Amino acid sequence: MENRAHIRVEGLNVHFGSEHVLKDISLSIPDRKITAIIGPSGCGKTTLLRSFNRLIDSSEGVRVSGRVMVDDENILDARAEVTHIRRKMGLLLQRPYPLPMSIYDNVAYGPRIHGIRDRRRLDEIVERFLSKASLWDEVRQRLSQPASVLSLGQQQRLCLARGLAVEPEIILGDEPTSALDPQSSQRIEQTFTELKSDYTIVIVTHILRQARRLADHVIFLYLGELIEQGPAWDFFNNPKQPMTREYIKGLIS
Amino acid sequence: MDRRKVEEGIFRVLMVLATGLILSSLVMILLTVLVKGLPYLSLEMVTQTPRGGYYLGKGGGILNAIIGSLYLAGGATLLAILFSLPVALYLNVYSRPDARFVSVCRLAFDVLNGVPSIVFGAFGFTLMIYFGLRASLLGGIIAIALLILPMLIRAMDEVIRLVPRELMDASYALGATRWETALRVVTRQALPGILTAVLIAFGRGIGDAAAVIFTAGFTDAVPTSLLRPAATLPLAIFFQLGVPVPEVQGRAYASALILTLLILIISVAARRLSRRLTRHVVK
Repeated sequence: MENRAHIRVEGLNVHFGSEHVLKDISLSIPDRKITAIIGPSGCGKTTLLRSFNRLIDSSEGVRVSGRVMVDDENILDARAEVTHIRRKMGLLLQRPYPLPMSIYDNVAYGPRIHGIRDRRRLDEIVERFLSKASLWDEVRQRLSQPASVLSLGQQQRLCLARGLAVEPEIILGDEPTSALDPQSSQRIEQTFTELKSDYTIVIVTHILRQARRLADHVIFLYLGELIEQGPAWDFFNNPKQPMTREYIKGLIS
Repeated sequence: MDRRKVEEGIFRVLMVLATGLILSSLVMILLTVLVKGLPYLSLEMVTQTPRGGYYLGKGGGILNAIIGSLYLAGGATLLAILFSLPVALYLNVYSRPDARFVSVCRLAFDVLNGVPSIVFGAFGFTLMIYFGLRASLLGGIIAIALLILPMLIRAMDEVIRLVPRELMDASYALGATRWETALRVVTRQALPGILTAVLIAFGRGIGDAAAVIFTAGFTDAVPTSLLRPAATLPLAIFFQLGVPVPEVQGRAYASALILTLLILIISVAARRLSRRLTRHVVK
């Protein structure tokens, strides 16, 4: 079954100063699937993820070339409108970073900056997306409390709800469970599987088991180079590259 | 025997000494002001303006200087916030962190921070002459604002620099512009530090005599217009201390006590306020 590609990367090169971090990467990320980017630390996973929403722009001494096509628009084009691109993608970081405001305002932040002022509509949005991130029942009584009173796992789900509230098509996760306890991690993973019918999900992970559990599609990077990509079943059970075989067996890290 | 234990002991003693020295000088200053000023402090001092012959020991108070100082330091602080917050946000949110311009700016503000306040007074005075302005509340506000601007910028800059990069990324990732991120996220997160910076700046502004001596002038009346001269507490203290009458010198200490209390009250009030404003800050 061939799926439409949601993100297509063509000849992407990223340099930080004199360091060549991503080397001529070309890949495609299928629509409405969970794609895992795996590889040992320092291989460029996070950089690749951050080039999808151009957060990479703010890094020091960065040079980017190539094309990243999202819905047939090259987002690396100098004329592309950055806020519009970022709006299409929700982002989860390694540690949850709730905004310095109430639980309610955290979720309403995105919709508000994009022009929704009506209180009733905001109420409805906040409830809908907190439910989608399976947090609503835990916080419905204390929406006006600071987001910092929540546990780390709850904060990460809040960040998910906050990202979903701007109605993105893609969810990017940069090792989104690495700061969480096993139970919270499991809830996030479970939420991802529920969400994949509506969203394209891309997660960076260094946990192979997580990639096995979640991913439909796998991208393996090593030292800035794309080694192998493909459907998860093939990737894990029938890897084509010797290096992939070794990585799966845990021989290189 | 144990050399490292001896070292530890010596440094502990040095630190205790240093702390003691600073604390005791603070206590002595406060005690001097209290002991010498309290007997002369009266309701009259804080509710009336100087009457004829006040500086020779006759009746009246220094309401003119209290109100003048509050107007002056308050106005200058507001003016300085208006300029320093955008500068601090620019340095941290808008500019690239590796830009040379940023480090040149920081250096320049540090140098300006070390310039004596009389120089700011003289500079303010030159500006006023150029614009045809006389010694006035407005002139004083501008001079004090110039004086506290560099320290306010650098203090805000330091606290805004501590805002985690990821927090800004989280806002950008939702499609926020730099302006929205700076105003709604960065400023909110840094608010406790910003408030402390503002308080210190206010304290420095209200306590400075040299910058206002030419620019704000002095008057026995409560200022009613930005273009009229305004009295200030530091100058009131200075004038009263210079009079060889024990009664008037005592009132100088009472004035110093009033200035100290004023700063104390404002600090406590601002802390109270900041606790309510900053409950959302993410730790």
